Amino acid sequence: MTLKVIGKPIPKVDALARCTGKLQYADDLIFPEMLFCKIYRSPYGHAFIKKIDVSKAEKIPGVLKVLTGKDFPISFGILPVSQDEPPLAEQEVRYVGEPTAAVAALDENTAYAAVRAISVDFEPVKPVMTIEESLKQEMIHKIAGLEFGDIEKGFLESDEIFENTYFYEGNTHLALEEHASVAVPEPDGKLTLYSSTQVPHYLHRTLAKTLNLPPSRIRVIAAPNGGGFGGKSDVFSHEIVVSKLALLTGKPVKICLTREEIFYLHRGRHPVLMWLKTGVKKDGTITSMHFKSLLDGGAYGSYGVASLYYTGALQTTTYKMKNYKFEGARLFTHKAPCGPKRGHGTPQPRFAVEIMLDEIAEKFQLDPAEFRKKQLVEPGSVTINYLKIGSISLGKCIDKVIERSGWKEKFRKLPFGKGLGLACGSYLCGAGLPIYWNPMPHSSVMIKLDRGGGISVYCGQIDIGQGSNSMLAQVVAEVLGVEPSEIKLFCADTDFTPVDLGSYSSRVTLMVGNAAIQAAQRAAAFLKEAVSEKWGIPKTRIELSEGRIWDRENLNLTIPLAEGIQLAEAKFGAICAAGSYTPPKSPGNYKGSGVGPSPAYSYSASVVQVEVDPETGNIQVEKVWIAHDIGKAINPLSVIGQVEGSVYMGLGEALMEEQTFRARYQGVHKTPSMLDYKSLTFKDMPDVETHLIEDPDPNGPFGAKEVGQGPLLPVPPAVANAVYDAVGVRIREIPLHPEKILFALKNKPPKKNFPDFHAPKIISVPLPSLSEERSRQPNSSLTPDSSASKNPS
Amino acid sequence: MPINAERSRKKLTSLKVNGRVYEKALSPISTLLEILREDLGLTGTKHGCELGECGACAVLLNDVPVLSCLTLAVECEGKEITTIEGLADGNRLHPLQTAFAELGAAQCGYCTSGILCVAKSLLDKAAQEKKSNPGRELSRAEIKEALSGNICRCTGYLKIIEAIELTAERLNLFHRCEPVREDR
Repeated sequence: MTLKVIGKPIPKVDALARCTGKLQYADDLIFPEMLFCKIYRSPYGHAFIKKIDVSKAEKIPGVLKVLTGKDFPISFGILPVSQDEPPLAEQEVRYVGEPTAAVAALDENTAYAAVRAISVDFEPVKPVMTIEESLKQEMIHKIAGLEFGDIEKGFLESDEIFENTYFYEGNTHLALEEHASVAVPEPDGKLTLYSSTQVPHYLHRTLAKTLNLPPSRIRVIAAPNGGGFGGKSDVFSHEIVVSKLALLTGKPVKICLTREEIFYLHRGRHPVLMWLKTGVKKDGTITSMHFKSLLDGGAYGSYGVASLYYTGALQTTTYKMKNYKFEGARLFTHKAPCGPKRGHGTPQPRFAVEIMLDEIAEKFQLDPAEFRKKQLVEPGSVTINYLKIGSISLGKCIDKVIERSGWKEKFRKLPFGKGLGLACGSYLCGAGLPIYWNPMPHSSVMIKLDRGGGISVYCGQIDIGQGSNSMLAQVVAEVLGVEPSEIKLFCADTDFTPVDLGSYSSRVTLMVGNAAIQAAQRAAAFLKEAVSEKWGIPKTRIELSEGRIWDRENLNLTIPLAEGIQLAEAKFGAICAAGSYTPPKSPGNYKGSGVGPSPAYSYSASVVQVEVDPETGNIQVEKVWIAHDIGKAINPLSVIGQVEGSVYMGLGEALMEEQTFRARYQGVHKTPSMLDYKSLTFKDMPDVETHLIEDPDPNGPFGAKEVGQGPLLPVPPAVANAVYDAVGVRIREIPLHPEKILFALKNKPPKKNFPDFHAPKIISVPLPSLSEERSRQPNSSLTPDSSASKNPS
Repeated sequence: MPINAERSRKKLTSLKVNGRVYEKALSPISTLLEILREDLGLTGTKHGCELGECGACAVLLNDVPVLSCLTLAVECEGKEITTIEGLADGNRLHPLQTAFAELGAAQCGYCTSGILCVAKSLLDKAAQEKKSNPGRELSRAEIKEALSGNICRCTGYLKIIEAIELTAERLNLFHRCEPVREDR
């Protein structure tokens, strides 16, 4: 069957709404009698609250309600294992900017005045601001230790052992839309919350818990996100606070955070200190890898347990590994909490691995591209840590960027100051497990067909700018044989859309896409049944296309879609269909195996060309070539946009973006504004050449895989490798500030010390023993071998 | 109370926005951004920082881009204000809007209003200059310079530049030096 809509670079279905200012984001919503909320935030990185006096604030005319920690006895957190965050701090504040009290007032200025009138008696304590200090004080959130195979044996088999320390500084999402929420009390005592959130379903659950209300009395509507990048995939204090204020005052309550507050909200990239040891044979075969990571988690749990495991999980999905050990810990510090940002926990280890591969290739005088290509994992195989690989076209990605960049003519051959770097990456197409364990589908889609021909699609997914609305419309349109513009979408409303877990972990295209295919096929089945009966031909001859229904064997026999719907409605009653998607069960069955599995993995390779000024240390990125293994591009226009956006964000992280704090000044944020937090502008962005490699994945909808996060991964290490090619200094930390390069040119590369850290308990996981034959069949259902399931968990 | 004092100093002001005149009692400390969004209901103008750092709130004041978060509304009396809502001519979209949609230059769309206003001003200025200088053409460098105050976190800017170039090409203000690349 030829595809009519899938694979076409068409404008997004909501493009015009986004280009005319008509799309309403959360802060654009205005309700009669609406109140405004502002939050009092901690000025200290760490302090005990002796007394909160809100009496002056309460007396200000126009102030309707003031809340403090005692109004919120129930704490929350996105993961069931980390329910550690109070909506408002009551006894202790753990980072500068932590919400401590909240007011609702008639207007924003009065709310500000009330916040200023709140007096809190703090007893400040010296904040813990570094990984080393946190480790010393044993402020440990979570420790992980996993060994696959026997690394010591692997090191003995190697010809050379490489060992180094790497550091990836934290940075933040900086989505342009400032987080906003509006809580509206309904006349029947129920509550509706509109919010800029990537996870309306998890927000719904959290509100029910913290407000102590049944979920059926709460409706969450995710407003279109003005950018997310993971920064809106946590549940936040302000969302709970405005909901409570609305219930108590009986009026709609809005909050829109300031940019400064968003720097405190954070949940961005974890700063990660890493140690990597790799044993390699002279031909480049990796015999053993030992990786340790220490994550600076900030003050609260957030997604941190998952973030920690992610730093150890995806090293294995690109290159074959015979033995692998991961030890890591997420530590608490008195900084804004870290969480998931584009690539969630995987850009940091990818940075370390891809730089080390460059070092290994140089030592053995191997071409970095050929060296990598020799190690690639096989399609359909199971990795050493039990991740089931589907399609992988990383080799083709490498070939493409090598060819297009002129790698062979340029690498190690450009004049001093100019250089080329290569790196690869891999990412999930949706987490294989939900964040709260349950056997229900991860995504569902409902379709209602109107007798006038209208197609309404209902789904809990939220478009955060990545184009998932268009993906959904295109998939349904393809199956029902109409134009995507014919589809009406109703999304992300917990009252009338079925659950989708949210726009995170690059899960929407694969999971919503598959659910949409099922729903549309079921809707089409009603039509085919009714029309085949009417025409007296087998159902298999009925085709839906061009907004009509056809007899495949007699094209003169055709009716408009609406007529077919009417026939079906007469036969079956109202035409509604639902489809769902649950990821396949992962072969892994050890403690920690819940992080890493995915129905499919995307791959990217990138070559970056830089010019480094040895006088100033300034890096000019001249061009980026990137190839992304997308499986199948449902909309190449949107896909290329996601690749370019990922490259942009990866370059920002590599060159300038950093979220840092002043330890000696109570842990205040160094750069809580868009002017001081440096990001790439129009003038900084280099030319990017994007290539899409299509190799349909058996688990993807029409073969599609993710693109929102993966293409970021190769960029930071490719920049670092290019800097080495240009000026011969190996910088193993980012951002690659000019002073680091200058220092390295004059002295030697900056080197971080890795603290003496060992996971107290290592879970030893036996190797997956699978026959060659089975591993070559992408669709074979895999079960862990018996020894694995006996493993302690 | 400072808030009451502010209220008492409110001044009846007439603002001309997208060709329509609005009579409003404005506080002297209200920004144009606040008045547009909250008093006039023109929420197409967005805000990303309210400190003049991100460019999301850019509107045109007598055809020149200004940051509405740093502009006092009372200062705009007697001037022509153009916002994203005023770009289209009735149901006819501005060519920039069409090109942005066609090329996927708006991902989340949050920075788009400001960027479209700045780009419109750039194209209008170039068209004006072309009248006295028929050889006048826009360059990519000029586009980047004009938009360097607008931050976009989604697109990596490239598709925005291409959409502006495409519009300029259609308005005969830009000629592509190179053929459209293989990856486009």
